[in-house]
Amino acid sequence: MDSASEPFVDFRTAPDRYRHWKLKLDGDVAILAMDIAEEATLKPGYRLKLNSYDLGVDIELADAVQRLRFEHPEIGAVVLTSAKDRVFCSGANINMLGVSSHDHKVNFCKFTNETRNGIEDASTFSGQTYLCSINGTAAGGGYELALACESIILADDGSSAVSLPELPLLAVLPGTGGLTRLVDKRKVRRDHADFFCTVSEGMRGKRAVEWRLVDEIVPRSKLDEATMARARAIAAKSDRPKGAKGVALTPVSRRIEDDRTTYTHLTVEIDRELRAAHFHIKGPETAPPKDVAGIESQGAAFWPLAFARDLDDAILHLRLNEGEVGTWVFHSAGAPEMIAAYDELLLANQSHWLAREITLFLKRTLKRVDVSSRSLITLVEQGSCFAGTLLELVLAADRSYMLIGKLEGSNRPEATLRLSGLNFGPLPMGNGLSRLESRFLAESSRVDALRTEIGKPLDAETAESLGLVTFTPDDIDWEDEVRLAIEERAAFSPDGLTGMEANLRFAGPETMETKIFARLTAWQNWIFQRPNAVGADGALKLYGSGRKPVYDRRRV
Amino acid sequence: MSINYSERIPNNVDLSSDRRLQRALEAWQPNYLQWWRDLGPDGSLGYDVYLRTAISTDANGWANFGYVKMPEYRWGIFLAEREADRRIAFGDEKGKPAWQEVPGEHRATLRRLIVTQGDTEPASVEQQRLLGKTAPSLYDLRNLFQINVEEGRHLWAMVYLLHAYFGRDGREEAEEMLQRHSGDPDKPRILGAFNEKTPDWLSFFMFTYFTDRDGKYQLASLAESGFDPLARSCRFMLTEEAHHMFVGETGVGRVVQRSCEMMKQHKTDDVRALGCVDLPTIQKYLNFHFSVSLDLFGQEASTNAANYYTAGLKGRYLETRIDDDHQLTGAQYGILGLDGGAVVERAVPALTALNERLRQDYIDDCAKGVLRWNKIIERAGIDFELKLPHRAFNRRIGGFAGARVSPDGKVVDEATWKANESKWLPSDEDRAYVTSLMGPAVTEPGKFANWIAPPARGINNQPADFAYVRFN
Repeated sequence: MDSASEPFVDFRTAPDRYRHWKLKLDGDVAILAMDIAEEATLKPGYRLKLNSYDLGVDIELADAVQRLRFEHPEIGAVVLTSAKDRVFCSGANINMLGVSSHDHKVNFCKFTNETRNGIEDASTFSGQTYLCSINGTAAGGGYELALACESIILADDGSSAVSLPELPLLAVLPGTGGLTRLVDKRKVRRDHADFFCTVSEGMRGKRAVEWRLVDEIVPRSKLDEATMARARAIAAKSDRPKGAKGVALTPVSRRIEDDRTTYTHLTVEIDRELRAAHFHIKGPETAPPKDVAGIESQGAAFWPLAFARDLDDAILHLRLNEGEVGTWVFHSAGAPEMIAAYDELLLANQSHWLAREITLFLKRTLKRVDVSSRSLITLVEQGSCFAGTLLELVLAADRSYMLIGKLEGSNRPEATLRLSGLNFGPLPMGNGLSRLESRFLAESSRVDALRTEIGKPLDAETAESLGLVTFTPDDIDWEDEVRLAIEERAAFSPDGLTGMEANLRFAGPETMETKIFARLTAWQNWIFQRPNAVGADGALKLYGSGRKPVYDRRRV
Repeated sequence: MSINYSERIPNNVDLSSDRRLQRALEAWQPNYLQWWRDLGPDGSLGYDVYLRTAISTDANGWANFGYVKMPEYRWGIFLAEREADRRIAFGDEKGKPAWQEVPGEHRATLRRLIVTQGDTEPASVEQQRLLGKTAPSLYDLRNLFQINVEEGRHLWAMVYLLHAYFGRDGREEAEEMLQRHSGDPDKPRILGAFNEKTPDWLSFFMFTYFTDRDGKYQLASLAESGFDPLARSCRFMLTEEAHHMFVGETGVGRVVQRSCEMMKQHKTDDVRALGCVDLPTIQKYLNFHFSVSLDLFGQEASTNAANYYTAGLKGRYLETRIDDDHQLTGAQYGILGLDGGAVVERAVPALTALNERLRQDYIDDCAKGVLRWNKIIERAGIDFELKLPHRAFNRRIGGFAGARVSPDGKVVDEATWKANESKWLPSDEDRAYVTSLMGPAVTEPGKFANWIAPPARGINNQPADFAYVRFN
């Protein structure tokens, strides 16, 4: 399978186009029911039997999760369940994995991981708590989806079960956080987890509760009732406003022409020769509204939200559809003080559901940048607006360049950086630290010292001395330095770069998220390449053929 | 107090010297008997029933007749005699000695196979528990009870395997088989067909002919298993299963015969006016039960079936008599499926088509009984032929699930289906009519309900007026 055979994937969707999910709103509770259309696959070669999923299914799920947050302030609890009888979800479709390229599989896992993290983010920070009601078999990725919810209710009917059969059946791992969430989130004892992950049929009934695999079992005929009662109780505790009006997430406008993709606030230009994508971000043209009511009335057009949606789609589009474009270069143009003003408005209203939601979305989008397997370079040029939120792209970059002074003949303003309150906590990385904290692990006092710089324009020399940029070439060196950095990057091994960058980006403490994206994903990606899984006689290749896999018995 | 195990539980598995197994069964047996009291044949606990009890596996031992109160029936544990040096006959392990213990690698799969099979046994007892109230004769009542106790014994056979070979998990599974109940909204039986009602005797005969025949084919495939105790257990169960299908075949045959006799005698097709079941209604019941039973074989192309075969756990029907390599790694098999608006055949790897192959064997076998029923009609000089519907008709599982296909195999549109549904499947009215025939049980020896003919001969050659059941 080479990546050239993968279809173009569009991540933009809307409820009226869902094929696989049924969304029902009932007062302060939403019911999100999986009802997968077997034949509605992303590409030929498999059918989505038994509520198994491919990326297309998860794109809809991610969209539903996002819309519930923005469009439905009244919803305080979300029930994740299945609309099919006797089957909750049987996880990622195995035949789909069999006909997918390695990079598609990795991208697929990454996106599903991000969606599950997004579900947990909604439960933890948005006052929109997910609970899972399992009315059948929840196998593999199906159970991992359940694990992303805050509580799991299982039908006690003698057959509904939860399982992680990846190892015994497929010789791979439950790669969407399953192993990590078992022991880190649900705190299942490791010996119990070990046993559970080796029995393909999983566990049900009392033992599933005793082993902490689910929170509760209820008779099948009482499942809906019990689920709704729990959901109502959870929703009643939510701080989301009941009477507020949601923000309609109107379609993201995108035009793709040859090597240029144009969004409202972002244009991405691809340099095929150097396999680099240049992100040109346009800052806001008007000042922010004066209060939160103004944010509500601007809705999806409010700059930080609109920009985040553009960037989010661009990241996903490039990850999936432009696999060979290995370097992402960030540029910006606009008024830094305007960005800072938007940031201040958001910061001042963190207790308001919508301001909070937009900030959380910015956080998640920046996290997508962090875990993208691309070299990240940020160029702070004349006329740029890397302030506050956008300054995060400087800090997220593997390397940044800031121009000292002006290029000959240019009359645009000199490059500056500007810190805002958003740089000091509300936009953490997966390791739980702000990008500034992650940057200055050795000298945490520097982060405090930087607070005194909030709001000030910082020129290149100051930015360099404060440790905010990597290099500050002057007008004579600029062009060469930048060109060399990108050319050099294009010459290295993409695998080596991915590994190196991922290791360097996440210094500091481990969290469940970093474990999932680093440890679990790295192991999975290794296993995905090994003959025991994907060789001609490997388990993943032979699955469904009835033939028995042949393993290389050496432990590595 | 010591219990004489070979007296209470006839067996050929050396129960009296296996303490682990004794302990397990001692714990399970009271729950089983409680289940029988609660969900076994309704109101029958005190009856003396002329039953056959197996007390050993030799020619004289498996059919001992006598009056028994059903709760005191000696549910035995029998495995067919062990074949010396039996070898695994198929799959990757072909030619190796058959396993006498469960291989660790296959433990979960074997357990699932045994549980799925075992779950059907008490299920049908539950489905049939009210039929005694409307038995058309003592002969039929006795046959119903015989089937019930044997389904109970089949449960014992599977529970024995779970207890003897699967440790704690096996014991838990055995317990659960008594906790799931047919049609229970909270804990239903595993397979859909076993949660349906068996509301009347025509359904019962159809069920024993068609649905129990699925059981025969499943047992026959498991009788080929590389796991020797399972294979031997199933081989012995097959001898009993044959009687269930005999009850089904002769039962339907007697209903057909009675209707034909009345048609001839009264020179009319309208036998409903005479309190019998008209042949078109019998055809509709046949259509329903045949199609529901076909679903029990599962998906046409099945990974599980392929895995079971390769692993040596579940073979094909009469595996050892098939002339091929018994590994099927390169072979192809044609299966039917829908393509656009037509039923078409496509070749798939034979390994994945094992369900379909077994279904084909089953269909061929079903057709034989239909031939015999048609002989009855022909002998009466009536121009009517019962037919098996096409395998794509009225399916809920597999490639034809939900498709609208007529009994003769044509894909039809929704309107055509709606217009013909009541001609192809029993309508509410048909069912109400058949139910209306089910009067109070006929309990006078030698008498039969109006809608069914007497059998050609009695059980164990007893005379026609033999009191098969004494109500006390």
